[in-house]
Amino acid sequence: MKVAVLVKQTPDTAELPKVSADDVRSGSVKATMVINPWDEFAAEEAILLGERFDADSVAISMGSPDAVDALKHALAMGVGAAALVDNSAITGGDMWTTAAALAGAVKAEGADLVITGKQSVDDNSGAVYAGVAARLGWPLISAATKVVDVADGKITVERMVEGAQETITVSLPAVVSVGKEINEPRYPSFMGIRKASKANIPATPAGDLGVASGSGKTQWSNIRKPEERKTECVIIDGASVEEKAAKLADALMAEKVI
Amino acid sequence: MSVLVWIEQSKSGPVANSFEVLGKAREIASAMGTQSVAAVVGGDTSVSAAEAGRYGADVVMTLSSPVLADFRLSAYVKALRAAIDAAGATVVLMAATVRGREVAAMLAGELDAGYAPDVVDLRVDGGKLVAVRSVYSNNILTDVTFTSPVQVVSVRPRSFPMPEAGAAGGESKAVDPGVSEGDVKETLVEVKSTDSGEISLTDASIIVSGGRGVAQDPAKGFELVAQLASVLGAAVGASRAAVDAGYIPYKHQVGQTGKTVKPDLYIAAGISGAIQHLAGMGGSKIIVAINKDGEAPIFEKANYGIVGDLYQVLPALSAEFKKRMG
Ligand SMILES: Cc1cc2nc3c(=O)[nH]c(=O)nc-3n(C[C@H](O)[C@H](O)[C@H](O)COP(=O)(O)OP(=O)(O)OC[C@H]3O[C@@H](n4cnc5c(N)ncnc54)[C@H](O)[C@@H]3O)c2cc1C
Ligand SMILES: Nc1ncnc2c1ncn2[C@@H]1O[C@H](COP(=O)(O)O)[C@@H](O)[C@H]1O
Repeated sequence: MKVAVLVKQTPDTAELPKVSADDVRSGSVKATMVINPWDEFAAEEAILLGERFDADSVAISMGSPDAVDALKHALAMGVGAAALVDNSAITGGDMWTTAAALAGAVKAEGADLVITGKQSVDDNSGAVYAGVAARLGWPLISAATKVVDVADGKITVERMVEGAQETITVSLPAVVSVGKEINEPRYPSFMGIRKASKANIPATPAGDLGVASGSGKTQWSNIRKPEERKTECVIIDGASVEEKAAKLADALMAEKVI
Repeated sequence: MSVLVWIEQSKSGPVANSFEVLGKAREIASAMGTQSVAAVVGGDTSVSAAEAGRYGADVVMTLSSPVLADFRLSAYVKALRAAIDAAGATVVLMAATVRGREVAAMLAGELDAGYAPDVVDLRVDGGKLVAVRSVYSNNILTDVTFTSPVQVVSVRPRSFPMPEAGAAGGESKAVDPGVSEGDVKETLVEVKSTDSGEISLTDASIIVSGGRGVAQDPAKGFELVAQLASVLGAAVGASRAAVDAGYIPYKHQVGQTGKTVKPDLYIAAGISGAIQHLAGMGGSKIIVAINKDGEAPIFEKANYGIVGDLYQVLPALSAEFKKRMG
């Protein structure tokens, strides 16, 4: 079995509030870029599945050549190999453009299981893995909390939806997106980081995987910052905690939120 | 042309968020001069179909089959494709629940249709659908327009008000879902209910959350949080620090790697107000902070604050609200 894990390079979450509308419009976000935090769970799961089921693993990322850093993080954690899909020459794409290119890369790697994160902290789509599954014609299990077993060409997974936990079996090849309950991502070891820094990561232009500029089905416009919250805080004073509680209750009733 | 809404069903009946979406779908449909269609998929569709009629769908489409008795992604996507064909739908909407998000994404992916996930607003501009998305973990808003003939949208829960239910109505139409067991890709081995009757974070109009501020006695701290929540009919939330420390299960986590919530009232007790927490609850109408440190960043986003020890403030609030609410 070969497991492909999809990892994206995204802005450090602590810097997201500083991302400006202009940054997003121009596509060059000025922030420290790191591996999408959700994808650390996916990388960890790919490593664990490799150990449990004697499988090879490969991390795939689509992005600019800088996205090799996310791939190096995955390698340093212990993923077996890495491949970059270079999208520098593609403009006017959307999540389906990304999904089509990644599906092509998964095929090229000969993977029979794709593990992904739950969503990217910049696009927040929760869609790319569905696009990959749709394009490959593979089944999808999303929001996985545990891989129960891989046997006889099938994978069995537990996942959470509102109000229920489901156990689902599908045939391989398949796509599984994972939630954060699934594992505890390891920190890259010193040895891992050294190995990753020397790794040779092949890059394939996205165009070679059958995607073209302007293939997006959606467009973003009127990109803006959300209105700042009114920040004036009324500090409730009082001689006793009971008095404060009563004053707060009055205020909340006046606001009609209770 | 029509505007189609998937009415999601859970074990206990239709998912209420679907009707929030249906309310908006009626507006969108009338702005486009077309009909709203509610599509109910399942083994038994009668109860949800009747509800969809009361919430004002012009057409209530049922896609019933024993194969659809349990939710399975590939089967539901196939049934909805039959519904879209039968309705000639150009706009397809659903609530952005866990299932709603995977159904919408898979449906759009298969149809190669434009998809706007987890939108917070919708409108029609010059006859065209415009969706508003909150991206960069709620730090950027963007309008989304579509270039594909079919347009798929999932809607963040509580983005639109629940419509008023009226008299039974809607033209009903049974459509063959066209699914047979042989085409279904998933085998459902087991479904365990995790529904303990508690109010879910994404549906709650009031949330009381606890953070690392309960560290001194976490069991007691979250008991006090839960007590206030129960007096207020609120859901219980938590910061990641509280979840990571094992004080409370992950499903309660609010924030960037937890849930995005939008209650009328959010009470944060012993939570400092880290950027990643604010990303999940900054859209709350009124925020109340209870923190013993008057300098905690949460006060910069809060409307009301009590500087004090949560072990004293929470019981006082529970007692006060109990008094007022009888
Ligand atoms: C990639 C990433 C994703 C993240 N995602 C999330 C997320 O989804 N949600 C989230 O919440 N965090 C998230 N975080 C973590 C976030 O950065 C903070 O570490 C976390 O929110 C802090 O939780 P806290 O406010 O409970 O704890 P602290 O920051 O430790 O704050 C505790 C507060 O309690 C107060 N306090 C202490 N004792 C009392 C008392 N007796 N009475 C009243 N007040 C008291 C203190 O003054 C302090 O302000 C994420 C971080 C990263 C890097
Ligand atoms: N450019 C990309 N390269 C590699 N993986 C990606 C990329 N975009 C999204 N993914 C994967 O798809 C998941 C969902 O992303 P999204 O649909 O953008 O929220 C992420 O957690 C990644 O695992």
